[in-house]
Amino acid sequence: MSQSDEILTIKGLHIEGKTDEGWSEIVKGVDLSLKKGEILGLIGESGAGKSTIGLAAMGYARGGCRISAGEIIFDGHNLLEMSNKGQRRIRGRRIAYVAQSAAASFNPTYKLIDQYSEGPVFHHVMSKSEAEHDAKELYRRMQLPDPEMIGYRYPHQVSGGQLQRAITAMAMSCRPDIIIFDEPTTALDVTTQIEVLSAIRDIVNQSGTAAIYITHDLAVVAQMADRVKVLLKGAEIEEADTRTMLRAPRDTYTKSLWAVRSFQATPKKIESTTRPVVSVQNVSAAYETQLVLTDVSFDIFPCQTVAVVGESGSGKSTAARVMTGLLEPSSGSVKLRDEPLPSVYTDRSKKQLQEIQMIYQSADTALNPKQRIREIIGWPIEFYTGLKGNANENRIRELLTMIEMDPDEFIDRRPGELSGGQKQRIGIARALAADPSMIICDEVTSALDQLVAEGILRLLDKLQQDLDLAYMFITHDIATVRAIADDVVVMKAGKVVEAGPKAEVFTPPHDPYTELLLSSVPEMDPDWLDNVLQGRASSGN
Amino acid sequence: MNSLWLVIVKRLGLGIVTLIAVSIIIFVAIEMLPGDIAQIILGQSATPETVAVFRQELGLDRPALTRYLDWAGGMLRGDFGTALASKRDVSELIQSRIFNTLFLAAYAALISIPLAISLGLLAALYRGSVLDRAVNIISLSSVSMPEFLLAYILVFLLAQTGFFPTMSDLTPTMSFQEKLYVTFLPALTLTLVITAHMMRMTRAAIVNLLASAYIEMAELKGLSRTRIILMHAFPNALAPIINVVAINLAYLITGVVVVEVVFVYPGLGQLLVDSVSKRDVVVVQVASLIFAVAYILFNLLADIFSTLSNPRLRHPK
Repeated sequence: MSQSDEILTIKGLHIEGKTDEGWSEIVKGVDLSLKKGEILGLIGESGAGKSTIGLAAMGYARGGCRISAGEIIFDGHNLLEMSNKGQRRIRGRRIAYVAQSAAASFNPTYKLIDQYSEGPVFHHVMSKSEAEHDAKELYRRMQLPDPEMIGYRYPHQVSGGQLQRAITAMAMSCRPDIIIFDEPTTALDVTTQIEVLSAIRDIVNQSGTAAIYITHDLAVVAQMADRVKVLLKGAEIEEADTRTMLRAPRDTYTKSLWAVRSFQATPKKIESTTRPVVSVQNVSAAYETQLVLTDVSFDIFPCQTVAVVGESGSGKSTAARVMTGLLEPSSGSVKLRDEPLPSVYTDRSKKQLQEIQMIYQSADTALNPKQRIREIIGWPIEFYTGLKGNANENRIRELLTMIEMDPDEFIDRRPGELSGGQKQRIGIARALAADPSMIICDEVTSALDQLVAEGILRLLDKLQQDLDLAYMFITHDIATVRAIADDVVVMKAGKVVEAGPKAEVFTPPHDPYTELLLSSVPEMDPDWLDNVLQGRASSGN
Repeated sequence: MNSLWLVIVKRLGLGIVTLIAVSIIIFVAIEMLPGDIAQIILGQSATPETVAVFRQELGLDRPALTRYLDWAGGMLRGDFGTALASKRDVSELIQSRIFNTLFLAAYAALISIPLAISLGLLAALYRGSVLDRAVNIISLSSVSMPEFLLAYILVFLLAQTGFFPTMSDLTPTMSFQEKLYVTFLPALTLTLVITAHMMRMTRAAIVNLLASAYIEMAELKGLSRTRIILMHAFPNALAPIINVVAINLAYLITGVVVVEVVFVYPGLGQLLVDSVSKRDVVVVQVASLIFAVAYILFNLLADIFSTLSNPRLRHPK
């Protein structure tokens, strides 16, 4: 490749982050090059330094971080040797940024179009009226509804998927040479994600902008990038063009990332005479006056996993709130072993409360940071089973062994001293402490890296075998459903769209919504996005 | 707009309820003062007969509830009663005092609010710089000193040297400029007292927002720091700033007793102090109620304006 083709070259980049013990290295000597019009995928788990490198490509380091060594050469100039003013002339104008959460990255005070035109006007690229005209054109190209008027709305008046498109349009506003996409679709539902992905890809291809596409999702990067670089703990593992990387990854770490979706839970036989542990019968519920659940029914059998799947706002977590008695249904009932449960948890007996436990998405906020593991697990043991003193201690140790954590090492730690996966394991142990017959798992792997998430799924599967537990597994992730479910309940807008054994729900013919949901899940095939879009276009969807 | 008006109407309603509660507290507190008011006013030498006559004159023989309703009703009509000590109409007595207090408060507010907010913005903009620290140290030392000491230091520096008068006695014949000149020292004292609080709150509210994603986005758009602070952080920091301004405005009206005394300024605070020493409960009640109204009013306005500063409420879906 000729030198003039390269728009960005990073050499020996070292970035340090401030910790309690001083500065520690979070990016350890990464090289990167980007040609004009090329899309480079940066992939890795959390802590890989993807975002940090992406921001460094703009000469920017977040508070508490510093670029300690290296060169960042953009269009022949080293960004790190530039003045602040010189860097500002490049940011936004020649290298733009698209953040993970557009909802948080738009200023709530201003209309979308004013935020769009701010950059071009500030950088003297366009006048205000030119920029507004241009905004509408780009909104149209990003396939936003009502492109003439949508810019005059405030961020909170627009949906998440639309905001993500609007922020991509904003990044294009100065027609930059490079755009850094930092997990732009991670916060979106799959059916929305596919629209945003195709809009991003079209606009990048049309304008010939180079891009760095940061994500943890291999299937997404397969659709978007020409080349992929795999990162682990701030260092490069390997780099290759996308098809080569997908077909023949060289490094064992890359191979393990590729293989992670292969996990399958042990299938469980169910006898037709078995009665359900928990039965949700014709439940409707509302927040204030807004109906969020309409006539929802499903059964959960012992030693089975029911996956409740749906997009945000489909009512899956609300169903869990009704089952745990946190939300009173407006009609219908929840039965525990054929006995109707009181609709409010304060009216339920200790025995009834004990039977249904919960594990939450964010172990960070679900565990009291001030308590030691001993207290976090010991208290529910004492509350539900009455064990005290030595018996309690022994039970804590037994539970820690069950979740594959060494009791001697962890019993006196606090949540802050654990990794994300370990915290989630403690969440599981706390649920087990009550000795329940059913556990509601609310998006328990969504916040975790894939390898860690797989470990949690394996653990849950093993516990189910050992303890005959029933799981209600709330998730938006189809891959997780495929891995662990026995039965599947598909929800949309507060209603059950389709329900039944996994094999049945996932084999055609589908309900149209299930079809849309399943076909929107990105696959590792680099041609997947094209094929799906083509398929939808030809079937008139 | 519905939800916004609902919020405002609710706040108004709560304000009225608070006002009624405060008026009851003031009335009951004065009821509970030890001893018989008529006896106290007439002194130890008064005969029981004169005390009884005086009690009847004051209406003290009637039940407390009737007297409260009478008093509260009078307040609503603007009939504040007759002062016990001077036998003058309280409204007349209080009118010029209120005007003077408001004049001084407005004077101090017009200096200190723009000053405090600009300094707060500058301190946030140049966080950790010499300017930031200097502003912090100066404002903190001025707020840490008792007001009377601050007042005397200013008298020593600016009045002893002959630039400004030590006493801020207003007369009705004075021109507006003369009034500004005469009241400059008390206004300056008050400014020094309240600026620090507002300035530090402004700085903290801005600094709090600097970690948010939309500020990072603004930086990555290549905007200047000044533009980021003024255009992106400040509008979103308005709610806490409005609240702290309101608290300080209320303080300017109700908390200036010491400053008024030092500079012999004929304001409401001084009237209150005088009336307490003269045991003129009628005036004390009225003055306390006026202070309460000021507090409730400013907090109400703060609530309404900080609600209005929230774009989610101003522009509902």
